[in-house]
Amino acid sequence: MTGDIQPSGSRDPLLKVENLVVEYVVGGNTIHAVSDVSLHIARGETLGLVGESGCGKSTLGRAVLQLRQAVSGRVLFDGHDLTAMQGDALRRMRRRVQLIFQDPIASLNPRRRIGEIVAEPLVIAGVKDAKRRRQLVGDVLSAVGLDPGLVVGRLPHEFSGGQCQRVCIARALVLNPEFIICDEPVSALDVSIRAQILNLLEEMKARYGLTLLFIAHDLAVVKAVSDRVAVMYLGRLCEVGPSAQLFARPAHPYTALLIEAIPVPDPEVRPAESVPVGEPPSPIAPPSGCRFRTRCPRADRQCADQAPELREVVPQQFVACHHPLIAAG
Amino acid sequence: MTGPALLSVENVAVDLPTPRGNLRAVDQVDLSIGAGQTLGIVGESGCGKTMLSRAILQLLPKKARLSGRVMFDGQDLVALGPEPLRKLRGRSLAVVFQDPMTSLNPVLTIGTQLIETLQEHLELDGATARKRSVELLAAVGIPAPEQRLLQYPHQLSGGMRQRVAIAIALSCEPKLLIADEPTTALDVTIQAQILDLLAREQRRRHMAMILITHDLGVVAGRTDEVAVMYAGRIVERAPTPVLFRQMRMPYTAALLAAIPKIDAVPHTPLPAIGGRPPDPTRPVQGCSFSPRCRYAAGECYRTKPALAGAESCDHQYACFHPLASATGFRA
Amino acid sequence: MATLELGIDADVAAGSVGRPRRLGSLFWMAIGWMTFVFAAAALVSLLPIPSPTDMDMLERRAPMSALHWLGTDGLGRDELARLIYGARISLTVGICAPVIGITIGGAFGMLAGYFRGRFETLVVGSMDVLLAFPPLILALAVTAYLGQSILNLTCILGVLGIPAFMRVARAATLSLARREFVIAAQALGATHARILLRELLPNVFLPLLAFFLLGVAVTIVVEGALSFLGLGVPPPTPSWGSMIGEGRESLEIAPRLAFIPAITMFLTVLSFNLVGDTLRVFTDPRQGAL
Repeated sequence: MTGDIQPSGSRDPLLKVENLVVEYVVGGNTIHAVSDVSLHIARGETLGLVGESGCGKSTLGRAVLQLRQAVSGRVLFDGHDLTAMQGDALRRMRRRVQLIFQDPIASLNPRRRIGEIVAEPLVIAGVKDAKRRRQLVGDVLSAVGLDPGLVVGRLPHEFSGGQCQRVCIARALVLNPEFIICDEPVSALDVSIRAQILNLLEEMKARYGLTLLFIAHDLAVVKAVSDRVAVMYLGRLCEVGPSAQLFARPAHPYTALLIEAIPVPDPEVRPAESVPVGEPPSPIAPPSGCRFRTRCPRADRQCADQAPELREVVPQQFVACHHPLIAAG
Repeated sequence: MTGPALLSVENVAVDLPTPRGNLRAVDQVDLSIGAGQTLGIVGESGCGKTMLSRAILQLLPKKARLSGRVMFDGQDLVALGPEPLRKLRGRSLAVVFQDPMTSLNPVLTIGTQLIETLQEHLELDGATARKRSVELLAAVGIPAPEQRLLQYPHQLSGGMRQRVAIAIALSCEPKLLIADEPTTALDVTIQAQILDLLAREQRRRHMAMILITHDLGVVAGRTDEVAVMYAGRIVERAPTPVLFRQMRMPYTAALLAAIPKIDAVPHTPLPAIGGRPPDPTRPVQGCSFSPRCRYAAGECYRTKPALAGAESCDHQYACFHPLASATGFRA
Repeated sequence: MATLELGIDADVAAGSVGRPRRLGSLFWMAIGWMTFVFAAAALVSLLPIPSPTDMDMLERRAPMSALHWLGTDGLGRDELARLIYGARISLTVGICAPVIGITIGGAFGMLAGYFRGRFETLVVGSMDVLLAFPPLILALAVTAYLGQSILNLTCILGVLGIPAFMRVARAATLSLARREFVIAAQALGATHARILLRELLPNVFLPLLAFFLLGVAVTIVVEGALSFLGLGVPPPTPSWGSMIGEGRESLEIAPRLAFIPAITMFLTVLSFNLVGDTLRVFTDPRQGAL
């Protein structure tokens, strides 16, 4: 069945996105942010979603949480259709799925104290006992490496970006969710702090038994924390596969281009004179057929006429390309 | 380094008065760069690299106090008056900033901004300036340059805007280009193109370039010499291949180790640097990196190590226990 | 974009964001004056001050004396008493009218800025219509139709102030509603009401409060102007504006009758302005590093 990738394991996927389409109108133009994307995430897995700016990965993340209205398609979380839910039912579902953002300082209300911010999910979820709330807040703040006594009464602006991100992670964890969407959680942080936060996320994942959707534009970061990776371009998925395998032998020309463009901290490696592949087209008027064809050295007539579907070229690796780098075998 | 230095920064320090006391943004920095060379300055936020570039350009905030000398092409920029400085900037000394959206004037067309610069510094007439602008835009890889002249910055993508900023910077054939995080705000595929463009133009014009970034990967293949900054000081400096072959300052090694590598195995814990970057308003006695350094001991907490090279004057570092040396530790 | 590690931004470091460490002496003087005026207005019935409406035709335009501390006006009424009772009127109208503005205007503004879409267009459009009315004519029309009274005056001035508060609230909400902490609250399953009250209101409240104090200052002046024209508070209730108006006739003989209420009004309005401005600057939280 086109566009529908069955999990190879026998476990049911925790999250299933089916043919999701998200568009929005800005000043009279329709932006096709997400066009017919289907993917699944198994319980306990980290799926990395990578792509450059404008590819729709953040929109996809928000749409999964129903923070953005989808035009069509379904999102199934643990078998429940989130797109069909409203009001209270949806709010109750939200406790099981959380979100971490890119800008940690903007994610915290500047006028509320850290203790209140981290306790907020508990209040919304109906935990009435203040003592119990304090207890849970203290536990989760310690878990992320912050001293509750020092932190609880202060305001966000007193903390650095890395510490604020820890607070955001604590807030996401306090309700013991099953699934967390991380939307560029380390992009705005200093290099030396990034590693700390990535390690923390891995640690929390192990400790709380989480499933993660990790969205980022930095491939090396995504590879470091993901089991499987999905590459997105202009609203469509190009390639999906296990991390190590995908980066070692990419099947899609775009994935190969991304990998080649990464600056390697080794002076022996001369950066390849980049092929002038130009600018990405606008999501308002994406190219017909395969959206990457305007920048692809392998593009031909077929690519303009027909949009490629995701096919399995190598066990577990799926690519949407008429002329993949690895021939389907 | 071959030939006399084009730019020589001598014992420059920048102090900023703040409500919380004096902030030493840049602390006794010595640098030099010759014509046609590329110097990379690497550091995280707050290390003073942007203040240093402002100090070189003499564009510091009003309350800042600068000490030391900045010798450019034989002249001391610190002692120079405002009018000669203004003539120098844009003409011999050019800058490209991080965010092209804010470094380009949003209410003027691209053409106006380019032509203005040309007319001001090179005193070209309108028609010649326009022709030159079109050539420049084409040289930086912007398609349909004539149409672009009439467009406004917001109508172009981030990569395009940065190319325009580079075109403006290069328009008067500067001797030195300072690129302050020129690709940090751009996608990785565009980043590669922009860096290639800068390298190409530099070779063609035999221009010196200072590339300021937080990304060690960016400097690795594209610079002749690298200086690593931390808490306002240069903590290690060496020709690029020498630096990457053997890092002596633990901070440099830790910084390199903390970057996720594309060929690493997934789920390996990254060797993170503990603690937080230093707060310039609360200077630490002794080496600024000592609170976070694995190898810190005794003297590190008391005195600030001076930048010096034990083996050769090419490779200098500020550390009492440099890595993999007689007095140091294995990395 | 690795710029979030430091709590210092070069501008802040250079001290150009002037957050006054101590509230200046001007601020305290303003507070002092306001306290004095409020106290006098509140406690006047306890003080040994004659009634403001008792006319003593034999003592018209009497100079300052032990009996009448500030003298008497053209109809023999005690000037000081009229001044203090006038303060009551000015302060009552001056505060109650903007309260109408801040509650109704503030609420509409926040809702418009949060929900956007058609509702916002409707709200902004109606406010524009209200703003298009010449305020003085509207006040005239209402008082002509409904009669002059303090209540009518307060209501009309309150209603006229709603669009301005709506705009301030809407602007503040617009800039905040896009920020991630609001989306974070939505992602947690917070209801709209909760987001508006717990997340947005604390942030919008302070700019509104600063604007409120400025609104009080403006309303006092407007009420004064209307009373000066004879369209505000009906006689014999004293009001600073009507006192200035009545003092016009006595400018050659007893200029203090016009100047004393004018100076008092000036000082009160100035105090409100100073306090409002200082509070705005002083309580603006840093929006985080950079």
